[in-house]
Amino acid sequence: MSQEFDKSGYWKANLRLVGLCMTVWFIVSYGFGILLKDALNSFSLGGYPLGFWFATQGSIYVFVALIFFYAWRMNALDRQFGANED
Amino acid sequence: MDLQTLTYIVVGFTFALYIGIAIYCRAGSTGEFYVAGTGVHPVANGMATAADWMSAASFISMAGLIAFLGYDASVYLMGWTGGYVLLALLLAPYLRKFGKFTVPEFIGDRYYSKAARLVAVICLIVASITYVIGQMKGVGVAFGRFLEVDYDIGVYVGMSIVFIYAVLGGMKGITYTQIAQYCVLIFAYTVPAIFISLNLTDNPLPQLGLGGMMADGSGLSMLDKLDQTVTDLGFAAFTEQKGTTLNIFLLTASLMIGTAGLPHVIVRFFTVPRVSDARTSAGWALVFIAILYTTAPAVGGMARLNLMDTIQTGEVGDPAGNLAYEERPQWFRNWEATGLLEFEDKNGDGRIQYYNDANPDFAATAAAAGWKGNEMVKVDRDIMVLANPEIAKLPNWVIALVAAGGLAAALSTAAGLLLAISSAISHDLLKGMIAPQISEKQELMASRIAMAGAIGVAGYLGLNPPGFAAQTVALAFGLAASSLFPALMMGIFSKRVNRGGAIAGMLTGLLSTLLYIFWFKGWFFIPGTEMLANTPDNWFFGISPEAFGAVGALLNFAVAIAVSRASDAPPVEIQDLVEDIRVPRGAAAAVDH
Repeated sequence: MSQEFDKSGYWKANLRLVGLCMTVWFIVSYGFGILLKDALNSFSLGGYPLGFWFATQGSIYVFVALIFFYAWRMNALDRQFGANED
Repeated sequence: MDLQTLTYIVVGFTFALYIGIAIYCRAGSTGEFYVAGTGVHPVANGMATAADWMSAASFISMAGLIAFLGYDASVYLMGWTGGYVLLALLLAPYLRKFGKFTVPEFIGDRYYSKAARLVAVICLIVASITYVIGQMKGVGVAFGRFLEVDYDIGVYVGMSIVFIYAVLGGMKGITYTQIAQYCVLIFAYTVPAIFISLNLTDNPLPQLGLGGMMADGSGLSMLDKLDQTVTDLGFAAFTEQKGTTLNIFLLTASLMIGTAGLPHVIVRFFTVPRVSDARTSAGWALVFIAILYTTAPAVGGMARLNLMDTIQTGEVGDPAGNLAYEERPQWFRNWEATGLLEFEDKNGDGRIQYYNDANPDFAATAAAAGWKGNEMVKVDRDIMVLANPEIAKLPNWVIALVAAGGLAAALSTAAGLLLAISSAISHDLLKGMIAPQISEKQELMASRIAMAGAIGVAGYLGLNPPGFAAQTVALAFGLAASSLFPALMMGIFSKRVNRGGAIAGMLTGLLSTLLYIFWFKGWFFIPGTEMLANTPDNWFFGISPEAFGAVGALLNFAVAIAVSRASDAPPVEIQDLVEDIRVPRGAAAAVDH
């Protein structure tokens, strides 16, 4: 491997991004869907109690968005640090 | 045309399609056999991953679980999708960069140890074999119910189809067949759901229908109506939590970590051309999975409502409010014939009472109405998806489609698992340990023989299901979560974890999880050998055996880090390897051995 780019800066930026995404991942599923479900159920989204909606629908939509967000940001990081494949 | 002829035509057509694809996509090299020559487009790979992942359990059992467990079944929805976030962020791109063929190969190289590789191979084979038994059973059941052939013949037909396209095509054939299978299964799953959602709520999107208003003019929302219908008969409300929060939390975590650690899923991300493709491909996989998973709550909830309304046709307590047994619909009779639905006229009134007779608060209401116990003595959860189109009075071609969809789900998962097993045997055991000198051609032949052998073993176990077949999900996910996932993740994110730490960690996770599962389910699942009855009162802190994988994973992390800290850092070339897999650049060159 060539050393012409800032490997440790690239890795730190990646870890920050992973940390951010994992935090959101935890909040929507374990937070909204499980631990805070009862509190959120006093609100509703259409006919869904909100906590129930997060557990059965919302968390899954957020997971999908998170993966694409991560891929998009990482591709940008790859280019910024010159770590990309081509 | 009658249902059976129609089902034969639909299922026959899909099988012909799978075989045609297999002949078109033969594998010519080990690279094509193990990882489809790393030439699969990320969207196509996402679709294949979705079919690989969604098994008979996702297609048939999950909506049934939701129907009867309500909110508590959301652990499966979150657990089996949230794992893809872990995969996409923590494993897939780095393992693709590593650029080899199997999961044990990474563990063996990263921890510079054949012993570590062997532990990984054992976990992989045990997890995959247990998992594949369920698929073979699913194939047999689907054939038995829809084509009215023997269970055994169903298993043989399933084995032959998988044999043709998996042995011939390897990962390449499997990938393109899985894409076709995804299309069949998702169509078969969503079409009945759309019809049922339209019937009940006038909304064609089941995801919105479940949160919509009832179309019957009652002015109630779908979920309120469902909660009311079930609580009127003494059952717990659909949206209410029944289990303990700790267990729901840990079960979700175990399923997520287990999903990310299952080798047959991970290896799918070795097939895409570039590291950045591995990232987006995980996203596409989850999109295709989410279409089914977000539909499942509606399928489960609406099936439950339709079932209750079919039996309790009027007011609770009014003798005429219960369906007369003689007037039961045709689907009821069909499923009675399979033994999965059973009725017993306990109070001899010729009508069906379906209520929760274990609920003390409801006993007075039941006694006043002259009810003498729940008369639906058996309602198998697995029939909900299969019976759903019949319960909702949908046309025959929809029912035929559901049969083909169930088979597609079972076959696509079985093929993925069989590939993981055969490559672990030919690549990790044979080429990696026993006979490193064999040529590529010999290895390719060995992998085909291993695949044929694995199909034989899976078929044998499908024909003679061991008593523990139903328990295997806990085992497969437990092993993947407690042993494989932590080793893979630490291998990427830590340069400090060394050989001794990884082996100690994997064994700790593996053995603690096995011990906990066997403690409550019997040693090697032999009935009568369990140390404590498998009830929530006996569980350690109320943690069910299925939910223990997350604890095993934590133990694995803790032991691996502690042992590594107390011993020398890994050699410099291993630290360089870790540095290298963290950066996408140079991935294309890494493919060749």
